[in-house]
Amino acid sequence: MKKGYKLIYKRPETLTKTRINYCPGCFHSTIHKLLMEVIEELDIQEKTVGVCPVGCSVFAYNYMNVDMQEAAHGRAAAVATGIKRMLPDRYVFSYQGDGDLAAIGTAETLHACNRGENFTFIFINNGIYGMTGGQMAPTTLEGQKTTTSPYGRDPEKIGLPLKMSEIVSQFERVAYVERVSCNTPANTRKAKKALRNAFEYQGKKLGTTFIEVASNCPSGWKMTPEQSLKWLEERVFPYYPLKVFKKPDKKEV
Amino acid sequence: MGELRLMKGNEALGEAAIRAGLQGYFGYPITPQSEVMEYLAQQEPHHNYVFLQAESEVAAVNMMYGAGGAGARTLTTTSSPGFSLMQEGISYIACAEIPCLFCNVVRGGPGLGTIQPSQSDYFQSTKGGGHGDYHTIVLTPNSVQEMVDFVYLGFELADKYRTPVTILSDGAIGQMMEKVELPDPIEYKPDKPWATTGKTKDRERNILTSLYIQPEDMEKKNQKLQKKYEKIKQNEVRFDEYKTEDAEIIIVSFGLTSRVTRKSVDIGRDKGMKIGLFRPQTVWPFPYEKLSEHADKDRVKFFISIEMNAGQMVEDVRLAVCGKKPVHFYGRMGGIVPDSYEVIEQIEKIKE
Repeated sequence: MKKGYKLIYKRPETLTKTRINYCPGCFHSTIHKLLMEVIEELDIQEKTVGVCPVGCSVFAYNYMNVDMQEAAHGRAAAVATGIKRMLPDRYVFSYQGDGDLAAIGTAETLHACNRGENFTFIFINNGIYGMTGGQMAPTTLEGQKTTTSPYGRDPEKIGLPLKMSEIVSQFERVAYVERVSCNTPANTRKAKKALRNAFEYQGKKLGTTFIEVASNCPSGWKMTPEQSLKWLEERVFPYYPLKVFKKPDKKEV
Repeated sequence: MGELRLMKGNEALGEAAIRAGLQGYFGYPITPQSEVMEYLAQQEPHHNYVFLQAESEVAAVNMMYGAGGAGARTLTTTSSPGFSLMQEGISYIACAEIPCLFCNVVRGGPGLGTIQPSQSDYFQSTKGGGHGDYHTIVLTPNSVQEMVDFVYLGFELADKYRTPVTILSDGAIGQMMEKVELPDPIEYKPDKPWATTGKTKDRERNILTSLYIQPEDMEKKNQKLQKKYEKIKQNEVRFDEYKTEDAEIIIVSFGLTSRVTRKSVDIGRDKGMKIGLFRPQTVWPFPYEKLSEHADKDRVKFFISIEMNAGQMVEDVRLAVCGKKPVHFYGRMGGIVPDSYEVIEQIEKIKE
């Protein structure tokens, strides 16, 4: 550090020095950074084990400098259950997209939540299958066009988008559910706080913690990053409001 | 000398797992294996392992992946339809090289089938089961005693080779009661520096994955697995023989059928037929070499594979014998166990 300079920001040690391969404007890189900052700030790198899914974040272990397991599509909650049950004093998280957590892995998600598995779900909901090229997801909005709903999602045919935070917050053993986003600096700060809360509650063994990120996918949505932020405000948040659905009692915390 | 008890095969397997240092059991109820789960659920408070009933076999196998990856000694048990559901997970476990022990208490199929014993999952267990080039070591118990012994052996081999191991049992071995000698409990101390237990300062992060997106990397991974499988083939072939020294007719059977055909050997010999029994205890790796040696003997006239399926292991017997002698087959399907006299009748028909 040069004399007279003050360090105000640096890359967390918990992020590897690998070039991140996400598309420009995508929230994945932001959330990776927030998550790894939280792990560094809580000083729990040595006690953290992550599970990555099948989807855009399938390579999350290339970027996150913690022990990680790569799960089969949809099975992250079961894998995380196995890890946490064997290592109850570690911090375990699953990092999953909407196809993974809310379509092919719905059973694993709901049962892990119902059991109150003491790990943290980080649920990236961008309403589309990004990795496979923009197909319809369980969370694609009504009327939204994707490669497999080229005329727009038709609820008559396929139902309405699944609201996972609303669903899992009804389980008694789920301790904390919040939906956040990273579309503005203020919301990004709130997202980081939510992640930090989740890990702190996990440390206190309060039950399942579930952070949903209302995320974007400029490439899959066929939008510029800027347009994708506008879409979030105008279309996504009215259906998927940003809020705390459930949090532990003050005395528990 | 360990402890002697009269036990059901499924319960003996559960007890053996506890004694062999079980740390995590994840399973889903299905007949005819549910007694393993029930036994382990009942014993859980008295021991230091985790018992968890999963929401499906799909979840159970992935809990195995997570727990085994975290370094624990893990077991799941199921029966045929459930084992089919686990195949995807086993492919991932094989590629990520996570030691896990599976027991398939086989019932008759295909489909929902029957709850009676069968050996119709031989192909599934020995030729892959899931996608991609992989194998699991497959042990075939023919007694309650071997249900116990193969748990110890299975855990050991899983750790030694970082591979999934399958105990291919069946509904009869799982349900029948026999005298069994239980070995002393061992204190299991895992030495797994590759496990995901949290990245400490003195090492790089551990990653367990089956994803190698660059084809060159994926080929390298496959070569590594194949090298391991070659080593297993060299070191871990197991078989048992009964009166084969002077045999002209060699019966090949594994698991429950080998109990039936052992008696057939005695019945045949009483009739003056020179019969012997060759029993693979590992069906992957299969004892090709030893069977091939038998085929080279002038006195050996033919082989007959007796199975409870439509003819699955017989393909491996033919590969081993390689056209040197005739290889016949007789099987019963759908949960029917052939009897010892029926087998002799079949052999007499061939001789005529």
